[in-house]
Amino acid sequence: MTHTLLVIGATSAIAHAVSRRHAARGARLVLLARDATRLEANAADLRVRGAAEVHCIAFDALDIDGHEAALSMAWAAVDDAGGFDAALLAWGSLPDQAACEASVAQALQAFDLNARSVLALLTLLAQRFERQGRGVIGIVSSPAGDRGRASNYVYGASKAAVTALASGLRHRLARKGVRVVTLLPGFVDTPMTAGFAKGPLWATPERVAQDIDRALAGGFGHVYTPWFWRWIMRVVRALPERIFVRTKL
Amino acid sequence: MSRRVESWGRLSREPHEWRPLTDRKQAAAAIAGGRGLVFGNGRSYGDVGLNPGGTLWSARGLDRFIAFDRDSGVIECEAGVTLRELIAVTLPQGWFVGVTPGTQDVTVGGAIANDVHGKNHHRGGSFGEHVESLELCRTDGQVIACGPGQQEPWFRATVGGLGLTGLITRARLRLRRVPGPWIESEALGFASVAEFVQLSDASLADWEYAVAWIDCLASRDGKLRGVIFRGNHVDDARPLPLRREWRWPFTPPLSLVNGVSLRAFNALYLMRQHAAAGRRMRQPYVPFFYPLDGVADWNRIYGPRGFYQYQCVLPPPDHEAAAAELLELIARSGSGSFLGVIKTFGSRPPAGLLSFPMPGITIALDFPNHGAATLRLFESLNAVVQRAGGRLYPAKDACMPRELFEQGYPRLAEFRAFRDPGLSSQLSRRLLGD
Repeated sequence: MTHTLLVIGATSAIAHAVSRRHAARGARLVLLARDATRLEANAADLRVRGAAEVHCIAFDALDIDGHEAALSMAWAAVDDAGGFDAALLAWGSLPDQAACEASVAQALQAFDLNARSVLALLTLLAQRFERQGRGVIGIVSSPAGDRGRASNYVYGASKAAVTALASGLRHRLARKGVRVVTLLPGFVDTPMTAGFAKGPLWATPERVAQDIDRALAGGFGHVYTPWFWRWIMRVVRALPERIFVRTKL
Repeated sequence: MSRRVESWGRLSREPHEWRPLTDRKQAAAAIAGGRGLVFGNGRSYGDVGLNPGGTLWSARGLDRFIAFDRDSGVIECEAGVTLRELIAVTLPQGWFVGVTPGTQDVTVGGAIANDVHGKNHHRGGSFGEHVESLELCRTDGQVIACGPGQQEPWFRATVGGLGLTGLITRARLRLRRVPGPWIESEALGFASVAEFVQLSDASLADWEYAVAWIDCLASRDGKLRGVIFRGNHVDDARPLPLRREWRWPFTPPLSLVNGVSLRAFNALYLMRQHAAAGRRMRQPYVPFFYPLDGVADWNRIYGPRGFYQYQCVLPPPDHEAAAAELLELIARSGSGSFLGVIKTFGSRPPAGLLSFPMPGITIALDFPNHGAATLRLFESLNAVVQRAGGRLYPAKDACMPRELFEQGYPRLAEFRAFRDPGLSSQLSRRLLGD
C-alpha cells in the first residue's frame, strides 16, 4: 500500500536518509525545505529510488507567517489521499556556542530556528493531524536537550524546548488517534557536524534513519538513536550539580 | 578536519585533511583553487586514492540519483553512488551494470577513474565502455561535460585517469538488460595454465562470465590446481534467499594468512569446488560476482601490517609461459594468499588512455605484508611482467617501479596534458613525478 509522508527540513541528511527508506517502499512524499535547488536534487534521487510521487515545496522555517501556506500546499498535494500517514520535522542548526555567548543576536537567532519556529509549525501541524484523527508526527530533537552543558547549552536549551513540546503534544494527541514520537539522535556524521573529529560514538545518517523509521512505524516513542545514548544521557542527567559543574562536557 | 585514512590494503594510516562533498552544485566551488585528491569509497588497494598530509575531498556524499530511464536502461547519478546502491535500484527493474568488479562497494566515480573490469571483458570490455557522459570539475574552476563524441579527449583521459584529471561529479551509465538476479554457473577444474587458457577460450561462445581461482601453493613444475567458474544471467522466478551479512570484527595482531592456514583453506576450498565440477548450479548474483563482499571488513584478517594485491596482465605471445613462471615464483615463495584469480582479457579497444586491460592473461593475488621479503618477491615478479611486455594495475598497486609503469602505459605522455595541476596522489608522485 502506498503511504504518504511529509518531510519538513527535507534536505537535512537525516531527513533524506529517512525519505530514501520510504521511497524504496513506494511512498508518496512531500518535501519542504528552504534551498529549492538541493530540494529538487533530493526529489530526483527519491524518484529514481522508487517513490510513487515526490512534491517539493519551498519552506523557510524562520518565515513564521509562511508556515500555514506551506502546509496548505502540502495537504493540497496529497488531497485525494486524505492527508498524511506521517510527518517528520527535521530542521535545525548547530550554532557556534562561543558566538552565542558573545552575542545576544546570535543566541536568539539559534533559538528562533531550533525552537521558536518548531513551536509555530507544530501548532499548525497538530491542528491538522487532530482533524485527520490519524497518523504519526516524528520530531527530531537531541540528547543535548536533556541537560544544559557548557559546551553547547544554547543548542541544548532550544532542543530542551523541542523535547518538552513533543512530549506535551504526545500527551495531548494520544487520545485523538495521533502518535507523536520524539527522536533523539546522538552524534551523527552529517554536513552539520562536518567540522568535528569523529569517534566511536558517531553514527551514520542511515543508521539513525533506520531507528527513526521503526519509531514512526509504532509506539509512543521517546527514542534515542543509536540506543546507547539513552544510557549515556541517564548518567549525564543523574550527576549531582556539584559534581557536574566540575566536569568538562 | 584531520582524519587518518587507509586504503583497502591497510598498508598505511596517515592523517589527511578530510573534506566531505555533499552537494554537487557546490562541489566545483569547494575544490576550486585547492590542492588535493578525490576519495571515493576506499576500495583501491594501494595508494592511488591516498594523499598523506594533504587534502582528501570525499565524494561519497555525492550519492544522489538524477534520472533513470526504465525503458532505455540509461541511469544518471552522482559519482559517489556505489554499485551496490545502483544495482539495488536497477536490478528489480531488470537492468544490471554492463561491467562489474569483484566488489559492489566501489563508487561510480572510482569505477570510472580506475576503469575497472570484471569477468566479461571479452564481451563487455571495461567500465568506461558503458559511460555515456560525465561531468568533470577542475580545480581551476572549469566544468567540462564529456563523453564519447563530446569533448572526447577529456573523456579518454578521465576514464582510467586515476582521479588526476578532475573531480567527477556525475555520470550517465548505459545498463544492460538481464532476466533477473540469478546466475547459472558451472565450475571446471584445470591443472595447467595452458589448460586454463583452453577452457577459458572454449567458454567464450556460450558463457558471458568466466573467472578462475588458483591454488598457488600447489603449482609446482608446471602443475597447477585451479577451478574456472563460468556463468550467465538466467531467467528464474524464485525470490532471492535472504543473505546474512557477516563482518570481520577485529584486526588480529598477526596476519591470519600464513602458510598453514593457506594450505588448509586452499585444500578445503578447492576440494569443495572440485566436487561441484562439471555440474551446473543456479546462484544469486551476489555470491557469484562478489564472494568476498559476504564478509565485510575482510581485509582485517591480514593483521596490522596490511597486505598488497599484485595484479598484472601478460599479453601474447608469451602470456602462457610468463603466467606459469609467475605462478612458479609465487609457489616457491610460499607467501601467496588464498585468493589467486586468473582471467583472460579480450581484444577490445581500451576505453581510456591509461586503461589497464589489454589482450592476454591477468593474474591477481593478495600477499600479507612481510616487508622487504614481499618487496623482493615483487621485484622478481615485475621482471617477468616486464619481459612479457605486460603491465600492473594501478588500482591495486602500492610499489611498482616507475620504469615498469612507463613501459606498461605508453600513452602516458598524451595523458599528462589533461592532468589537473591541483590534484595529486601518493601514487602519482611515485609514478608520474608529481
